[in-house]
Order: sequence, then structure tokens, then C-alpha cells
Amino acid sequence: MSRPGDIQTPPAVELHDLTVAYHKKPVLWDIDLAIPEGEMVGIIGPNGAGKSTLIKAVLGLVPAATGWVRVFGESYASRRREVGYVPQRESVDWDFPVSALDVVLMGTYGRLGWCRRPGAAERKQALGALERVGMQDFARRQISQLSGGQQQRVFLARALAQNARLYLMDEPFAGVDAATETAIVNVLRDLKQQGRTLLVVHHDLQTVEGYFDRVVLVNLRLVAAGPTREVFTRDNLLATYGGRLTILDQAAETVRRFEDWLPQTGAEPPHSAARAAAPQRLLSPPGAPPPAQPQHGAAPQAARRPPGENHALP
Amino acid sequence: MNWLAEQFAALSPAVQATLWTVLIAMAAATSSALLGSYLVLRRMGLVGDAISHAVLPGLVVGFLMSGTRELWPMLLGAAIAGLAMTYLAEWLRRHAQVEAGGALGVVFTSFFALGVILINLYASQVDLDPGCVLYGALGTSALDTIRILGLDVPRSFLSLGAVALLDLAFVAVFWKELKISSFDPALATTLGISAIVMNYLLMGSVAVTVVAGFEAVGSILIIAMLIVPGATAHLFTDRLATMLVTAVLVGWIAAAGGCLLAVHFDTSEAGMISVVAGAEFALAALAAPRYGIAARILRGFAFAFRIVQEDVLARLYRLEEGVAVRDAGALAMHRPAAERLARIYLRARRQLTRAAGGWALTERGRARAQALVRSHRLWEGYLSEQLRLPLDHLHEAAHRMEHYMTPQFAEKVEERLVQRDADPHGRRIPPQPSP
Ligand SMILES: Nc1ncnc2c1ncn2[C@@H]1O[C@H](COP(=O)(O)OP(=O)(O)OP(=O)(O)O)[C@@H](O)[C@H]1O
Ligand SMILES: [Mg+2]
Repeated sequence: MSRPGDIQTPPAVELHDLTVAYHKKPVLWDIDLAIPEGEMVGIIGPNGAGKSTLIKAVLGLVPAATGWVRVFGESYASRRREVGYVPQRESVDWDFPVSALDVVLMGTYGRLGWCRRPGAAERKQALGALERVGMQDFARRQISQLSGGQQQRVFLARALAQNARLYLMDEPFAGVDAATETAIVNVLRDLKQQGRTLLVVHHDLQTVEGYFDRVVLVNLRLVAAGPTREVFTRDNLLATYGGRLTILDQAAETVRRFEDWLPQTGAEPPHSAARAAAPQRLLSPPGAPPPAQPQHGAAPQAARRPPGENHALP
Repeated sequence: MNWLAEQFAALSPAVQATLWTVLIAMAAATSSALLGSYLVLRRMGLVGDAISHAVLPGLVVGFLMSGTRELWPMLLGAAIAGLAMTYLAEWLRRHAQVEAGGALGVVFTSFFALGVILINLYASQVDLDPGCVLYGALGTSALDTIRILGLDVPRSFLSLGAVALLDLAFVAVFWKELKISSFDPALATTLGISAIVMNYLLMGSVAVTVVAGFEAVGSILIIAMLIVPGATAHLFTDRLATMLVTAVLVGWIAAAGGCLLAVHFDTSEAGMISVVAGAEFALAALAAPRYGIAARILRGFAFAFRIVQEDVLARLYRLEEGVAVRDAGALAMHRPAAERLARIYLRARRQLTRAAGGWALTERGRARAQALVRSHRLWEGYLSEQLRLPLDHLHEAAHRMEHYMTPQFAEKVEERLVQRDADPHGRRIPPQPSP
């Protein structure tokens, strides 16, 4: 139940022998994990590895088949005020008739409790959160009229409005361009500076070392967890990634999204296009050297491209 | 108030009855439009339909136990039946791994069948006219009145009005809970606003509302009252509050218009209300500013037109570069009329000018064309280097992609290229034009 060493401050998140199943079929097996407070932690793994499920299990959104979850040493329910959640962007219907500000205000609902409406104080806070992510000019916009990166920022602002101690974020960088990614990372670093804990599902292996103090590598099981320098190794990555991703269906997706959206103003497609089709998510096929090796450090991008990349496509 | 009552009493009985019919239908429309809007937003239209059938056994049991035709016991029975159906369907989906639509279908048809059997079994005690449940009884319910404030008010107006107020209170009190649990149920649950509880509350209210709506349009057409106003309103607005108000207005127009048309043509109110609602939706779908079909077609044209413009510009750019006329000419000629139109437009936008023997790019036009040609060649390079496509496969794909690429994306692609100054055919890749 307790870890060896200092147990004075409980870990921000602690999972013990956690197994999660959908329809009795486990998708996460026997996870033991402790996330110390105040760190920025990346959750890494291929599609379908159970990263979102892991986060949902911490939040009590999916029940544990076995094992337990503690948040700051207690059950999630008693600590929910201190936890902020950024779901995967696809998890909501962006056609919903609300403005960006409305969405950010939702971050304050937990504090308000049942039936109380957000007032001037909450609005001010929500506007402040929008400003921190550089979205103040879009406050009144209906959310489907925002680009993918802007939507992601709105989600981040909503989490900021929650003013939590622990943040669980599901792919906050998915489909955003480089500028937005930098903006988001800066906000996350701010949060870390203030002593908050961040648990972030992340897909881009090339930036892992730059962003995270610790990583958790999962693929249906816990492959490894610990300080990035020790854990983010070639062998662990090989063990984590069995499959591969291709860029072609992503490019097709870009075009499809663009056409759904159909331009209203002319030349500018949604920002998500830039990111979704960017080839850096391409992973090497099994057996090829892993995409990013820790010792490469700050090597230029071209040099970091895995040699296997060209063959990873059909 | 008194004056109004006097005026009303002075009207002929037939007109009075018609007016009451309209008011009853509007009361029913109010509650259905309010809750139906949430069903539309949650993409649960089918659930509304299912509940409207599943409440039947609840109605019958409520009736049998109270022994009267009072509405309240029946509403209670309906709410319980609606919740039971929601629960069972969810249970089936979860534990029997039946897909959501299937689970709903199994449960609601069974409930409805049970209701029909109960009516037949207790036919002697249940003076519940199946026809009335199926098709509504607006015309007759206006005649069953009690006297209030010197006015003969139909009972059903009172009960439907009460349900409407109840729904209004529900939406007002749980405004933020309904909003967040409809938009992002997972976040709602993590915040302590259980999406499951909210779902049951909504389903219970829908069950009650649906029973109230039977009075107006019957169980078959209630779905029109429930879903169509919300769906119509969603086409027009992008704020929740506006959407609800619009939905209620749409419902009122359907209710009032349908009743009056039914009187005029001497046909069924339920049918006419649904027809009017359907017509409103059709009109909105055609004309709504953002999502309407007309707007979409226009936007489609705008997009096609942009492609023609861009192709005209890019072709001139290539000619300026000295690419053989034959090659440049092979680049996507559009219909002459479209090209002519595009040139006129581009000239007005100061991207083209007349020049000796034809057309020339202006500074502005050249910048736009340069970005296009740059995107085109970068993408060709990408396809050739990364996807190893043969040379003759590049052009088509790049020609399509160039219209979609932002400067940022082009830059990303460039970063990936080994050969950055020329495309695979050896043509220069121009730099990003400065804005
Ligand atoms: N609601 C559900 N019902 C049944 N199976 C599910 C459900 N949600 C997820 N799964 C399954 O559980 C596994 C893990 O899913 P999860 O969403 O956690 O993956 P992930 O690592 O977040 O993937 P991605 O990178 O694609 O987001 C997958 O095989 C998925 O098919
Ligand atoms: Mg996921």
C-alpha cells in the first residue's frame, strides 16, 4: 500500500495493481504506478494502448476490474475539486451551440456545485484563462468555427479555469501547429512552475525529452515508468511500439476534414491540417531502429528522422 | 384580465373551441420543443421515439391504479415506465453487449406490446381509447372544461400548461448541469455532476412530456413535436439559449398553424401539425444561413471558383518562369466561361492586369501564385522523396494538394525535404512570398 522511502506527501496519483476491462476484456493489465507531485509526466504508447483508458480510470470514468486508484492519497471522489481534465478533442460534439467562453466557464462548474450559475467572478476567471492561452479574441465565437488548434486551446483554458492541483490531459497537442504547440507547452510549464502535477498523453516521440521530466510507457501493460533519461530508451520504445502508423491516411484525413469544413473566407484551411499531416508521427516498422534516441539530444530534425521512415509506407 | 375573459366569452363556441385547441397544442409544443432540443443536441432522437412508445404500459397501470382519467397518475406511471426502459436498454447494452440502437429497439417494442396487451386485457375498466393515444385528441379535449375565473378552461390545457411550466423550471434550474452533461458528459462526471443522473432526469422529463404531448398529436407523431423544432432551431443559431427559444417558437408556429389548417381543411390536427413542422424544417434546411443547403451549395461554388482563380494565377506564373506554353497549357484548363469569370474577378482584386496580347500578374497576384507554385513543388518533392512515387505520379496529387496547403504546412513539408531548392522535375521551388 505504501511505497518505500518518503511517504510524507502521498503521490499525486497512485495506481495499485489496476486492471481495467471493457466488456470483461482487459485493456490495461495490472498497472502499478506512482506519480510524484509537481512533475510533468508524459504517457506514451501506440494507438489503442490504453492511454485514454488509464486517465479515465484515474478519474473514475471507467471502473477498475481489480486494484485501486488514489489521488493525493485519497479516493478520486473526495479530491475531485483538485483535479482538472482535458479530454481528447474528438470526445465532444463541436457543433454544440456554445461559445468558447461558455466552454471555459464549464471549468468552474465543479466548484459551483449543483444548480448555482456562474457569476461575474467566474466569467472574469474564464476570460483570464482564455487570455492565458491567447484566445481572448475568440471568446464569443461558436466552437465549431474555431480551428483544431484553437479548440485545443479552449480545452486547455477550461482546465485552467478549474484551477486544479493535478491535471490529466489527453493528447493536448493532437492536431495543433507548431506555434500552438509552443503556446500550450509554455502554459504547461507555467503550471509546473506553480507546483502542479501534469499527466499528459503524448504522441510525438521527438519532443518527449524536451517536454517531460518523467514518462510512462504503456501498451496494454506498463512497459516502463520513471525519469525520462532512464526510461525513454531504445529498448523500451521497441517494447512499447509493436505496430506502426502511416502518414497516408492522415493526409487523406486532412483533406476530408478540410472539405467538411469548406472555406468561408478563402485561402486558409484549418490549422489542424498542418499538424495532422506532418510526417513526424511516422514510426519505424518493427525491427527498425526506434525513431528518437535519447543521445541524439538536440540534433537537427533531418538527422533525427529514422532511417526506416521511407519504407514504413505501403 | 376580466376584459379579456369577456371578449373571449363573446366569441362563438366554435371559435372558442378552435382557440382552445390552438392553446392546448401550443402548451404541448412548448414542453416538447424544450426537451426535444436537448435530445437533438445529444443525438438521441431515436430515444425520444422509443420513450414515446415505452410509456404506454405506465399509462395503463397509472390509470388502473387511480381509476380516474386524471392526468397526474398517468404521468407518474409514464415517467416510471420511461425510466425503466432507459435503464433496461442501458443494461442490455452493457451486459448483453447489444449495440445501443438494437437494445433500445428490443426494449421499447416490448414495452409497447405490453401496453397494448394490458389495454386489451382490462378493456372493460380502461376507458383509454387506443386511437386517442395513437393519434391524439385535440378536438375533443378542448370540450372537457372546468370553470376558472369565469372562464371554461379545458382540463387538458391546465395539465399541459403545468407540464410546460415544469419543464421550463427543469431547464432553468438545471441549466448548467444539462448543458455540460450534454456537451461533455465525461467532464461533467469528473466534476461531480453525474452524467448518468442527468440522463435519467432528462429521460423522466421526456416521458412525462411525451404523455402530455399525446393529448395534442398522439404517440405516432409526437416525435415530430419533440425533434423537429430542436433540429430546425439548431440550423439557425449557435447559442443554446437562443436555440431553445427558437425551438419553442418553431413549435408554436407548427401547433397554431397546424390546428388552424386542420380546421380549415377539416382534417386531423396531429397530421397538420406534423406537416407544418416538417415544412418549417425543410424551409430552414434550405435557407438557414450557416448550415442550410443553399448556403452549402454557395460555399461549394465559392470553393470551386477559388480553384479556378488559383489555377489561372499559377499558370501565368509558370509562363513567366518560361515553362513551355505547351506544358503550362496542360495545367488544368477549366471551362472558358469559368476562366473568363475568374480573370474578371482577379482583375477587380488587382491580381491580374491586361498586358500586350493577354494577361499579366500584378505584384499581388504574383505573390499568391508564388505561394501556390511553391506548395505544389514542395508536395511533389515530398511525394517523391518520402513516398518514392515515380515522377509521372506527382503532378496530379500536388495539383490537388496545393489548394489546401497553408504557408505553415508548406514550411513543415520543406523541413522534411532533402532537396529544397528544386522539385523532382528540376524546377525551382520559390521561397514563401513576403506578405
Ligand atoms: N468504450 C469502450 N468500449 C469498448 N472498448 C473500448 C472502449 N474504449 C476503448 N476501448 C478499447 O480499449 C483499448 C484502449 O483504448 P484507449 O482509448 O485507452 O487507447 P489510447 O491509447 O488512448 O489510443 P489512442 O492513441 O488512439 O487515443 C482499445 O483497444 C479500444 O478499442
Ligand atoms: Mg486516446
